[in-house]
Amino acid sequence: MKTLMSNTLRAAGMLAAVLATSAVMTGPGNAAGGEPIHIEREDWSFGGFFGHFDRPQLRRGFQVYKDVCAACHGLSRVYFRNLAEPGGPMFDEASVQALAKDWPNQITDGPNDEGNMFQRPAKLSDPIHGPYKNEQEARFVNNGAYPPDLSNIIKARTIENHDAWYAHVFKMGRDILTGYQEAGADYVHALLVGYTDPPSGFELSEGMHYNKAFPGHQIAMNPPIPPEGAVEYQENAGAKSSLEQNARDVTAFLAWASDPSLESRKRIGWQVMLYLLVTTVLLYIAKHRIWARVKKR
Amino acid sequence: MAQHESTYVPKSATARWWDERLPLMRLLHDSFVDYPTPRNLNYLWTFGGILSFCLVAQILTGIVLAMHYQPSAAEAFNSVEHIRRNVNYGWMIRNFHAVGASMFFIAVYIHIFRGLYYGSYKAPREILWILGVLIFLVMMATAFMGYALPWGQMSFWGVTVITNLFSSLDGIFPGLGTAIVEWLWGGYAVTGTTLNRFFSLHYLLPFVIAGLVVLHVWALHVAGQNNPTGLDIKTKSDAVPMHPYATSKDLLWMFIFLIMFAWFVFFLPDYLGHADNYIEANPLVTPPHIVPEWYFLPFYAILRAIPDKLGGVIAMFAAIAILVFIPWLDTSRVRSTKYRPIYKWFFWLFAFSCLALGYLGSKPAEGVYVFWARIFTFYYFAHFLLVMPIVGILETPKKLPRSITDAVLGGKGDGSGGAAKPKGAAAAPESR
Ligand code: HEC
Ligand code: HEM
Repeated sequence: MKTLMSNTLRAAGMLAAVLATSAVMTGPGNAAGGEPIHIEREDWSFGGFFGHFDRPQLRRGFQVYKDVCAACHGLSRVYFRNLAEPGGPMFDEASVQALAKDWPNQITDGPNDEGNMFQRPAKLSDPIHGPYKNEQEARFVNNGAYPPDLSNIIKARTIENHDAWYAHVFKMGRDILTGYQEAGADYVHALLVGYTDPPSGFELSEGMHYNKAFPGHQIAMNPPIPPEGAVEYQENAGAKSSLEQNARDVTAFLAWASDPSLESRKRIGWQVMLYLLVTTVLLYIAKHRIWARVKKR
Repeated sequence: MAQHESTYVPKSATARWWDERLPLMRLLHDSFVDYPTPRNLNYLWTFGGILSFCLVAQILTGIVLAMHYQPSAAEAFNSVEHIRRNVNYGWMIRNFHAVGASMFFIAVYIHIFRGLYYGSYKAPREILWILGVLIFLVMMATAFMGYALPWGQMSFWGVTVITNLFSSLDGIFPGLGTAIVEWLWGGYAVTGTTLNRFFSLHYLLPFVIAGLVVLHVWALHVAGQNNPTGLDIKTKSDAVPMHPYATSKDLLWMFIFLIMFAWFVFFLPDYLGHADNYIEANPLVTPPHIVPEWYFLPFYAILRAIPDKLGGVIAMFAAIAILVFIPWLDTSRVRSTKYRPIYKWFFWLFAFSCLALGYLGSKPAEGVYVFWARIFTFYYFAHFLLVMPIVGILETPKKLPRSITDAVLGGKGDGSGGAAKPKGAAAAPESR
């Protein structure tokens, strides 16, 4: 009687487990939240375990930021001095000093001896300010839209995952094993090259632009880079200017801006890993020898 | 096993002088060096040590962060950016602390499921288990308040959503919920005042955890460690001294754990967080999806599975509170699930339910997601309230080995069975 009961129970347990598994398998796929936007994964020099920035690319990227984006976007968490520091574009200090001095968006300082605030040119130790005094002015100038400060933009954006749950698990495993953290860069790149004509039937509001990558597809930002590229790269800059190239370069530059310690982080990471791996092997051997005394009589 | 005789011998005159006045070294020696541990512990038993490491690491990195952090609505976000960008190795300290919270929870979940599988909550370890549940609860409070500190969008809106839950208590007694919420906030909305008190508590609670850990370890050393067979230590050959046997395993697995820890700290520091938290808190802009940290997701799913707000809050807290009662809900005669042919299936179904709830917690509360969240929430509670009592009574456990020694040597085919006395064990506990 007892065994019969327990057999029945065991069968019930197994059945429940199998049911649960198979049911969820066929369950929620793309149940929720708008149609998924597909964004390609790009190949970034700073991605993965051996990632480091491509110095000429950061310099080209800064040129794009300075000549195009800075007209509307600030970069206030980055200081001019950072542009000369290791791990970044590494411009020489004298040229950064000159750049700071001529930066159109000056620093409000003070109060002076007479008690007044005043404007002065930027120095190495000053932040890279955008053109607007505050959000109100920015919105006022941009028809109510707000061009966000770009210092953290790469870290502050990601790509939403719309996979079914089982694909989700695999993707997660793959991303962890390959160290994929570049969703923000992939998004900003896709945004910059994502301007197209709206599909027929799509209702675009006044002053808005259609963009494949932007959530909701209506963005207030004008296409910042024209198809032929927005800036003239120097002869020795290492690349030809084009929409694709400008977009990649400025994205790489912004990736550095939001994660200036990336290079030392990964370098130290490898040193730490090496130390941990070697010590783990030694500990494994030690454990084996200690336990050999117990196991082998 | 705390009753085993002390084997501490002071090695110098100073040590003897101390020992006669404050036998601290004796206590440590008897608790962590010559303490008898079951010889068959597997690597799942190394997570206690790993958790202690996590707590110490969080406290140390936290103290350094607090030297640079500013708990005000205006400066919190800026100060974290300052730590990331300008403080020497600030990025590393911050990554260790933020990733460390996740690692802490990975370790604690493994530790809890270890206890569930091997019946470590059963007599005589009920108090030990309940202290563990309390630690888990305080950990959750600490992490929740810690996540508020960077004052990003997810910090702010996470705090807003979760603290607002208490307003549902108005359904029990009008005004009660509102009063609690305003008391938590220190005002009529989530503001810098809220942030300030969260910082104060976030600094305090880890030390409360440390106190609870001392009690937890004390209770452990009174009852002795459980082991994969669930049998008690009966003879000397069942046990080995903690040092160097258990400690060598602990250290090995701590380093394996550290490899994973460092992997995230150095190569995936933001993987476990939310991109939205790199946007400064803005009470006027609600993020499209407000999602708590991954370690809260199963409980978040339970909260949203219940159609009624108050009911959801009660279910969420009940999901944790019910853990306190399982020493009495489990009616099985044997501890270890290894010897429970039927319960084994339900155990894995429960583990699957928790993972499924975690996944569902990260999805919007609509459509099929809600349906499945309800199914798994039902099973979560049914596991404790129905399966544990009923299966325990009906099931016939497999034959248990005669002793721990038997379980280790029996299958090895040396023919001598449990009668043999291994060399290491001869030098073991009491006889040294
Ligand atoms: C003429 C002004 C202007 C220029 C020049 C400009 N932007 Fe923008 N940008 C905006 C505005 C306005 C928005 C806000 C759009 C919205 O919210 O719909 C915006 C938004 C953005 C966003 C945020 C999109 C999101 O996901 O919320 C990014 C990223 C961005 N810009 C990058 C750039 C880059 C890179 C450049 C230079 C290549 C650039 N912008 C040049 C005005 C500008
Ligand atoms: C149980 C131990 C602890 C846990 C689980 C924990 C958890 C957390 C979490 C999840 C965060 C948010 C991380 C982020 O995304 O930025 C955080 C931030 C913070 N914690 Fe802790 N913490 C613990 C102990 C401590 C201690 C003891 C201190 C101080 C002595 C401390 C100080 C801070 C500070 C200053 C921050 C804000 C800085 C930042 O966000 O990076 N923490 N904590």
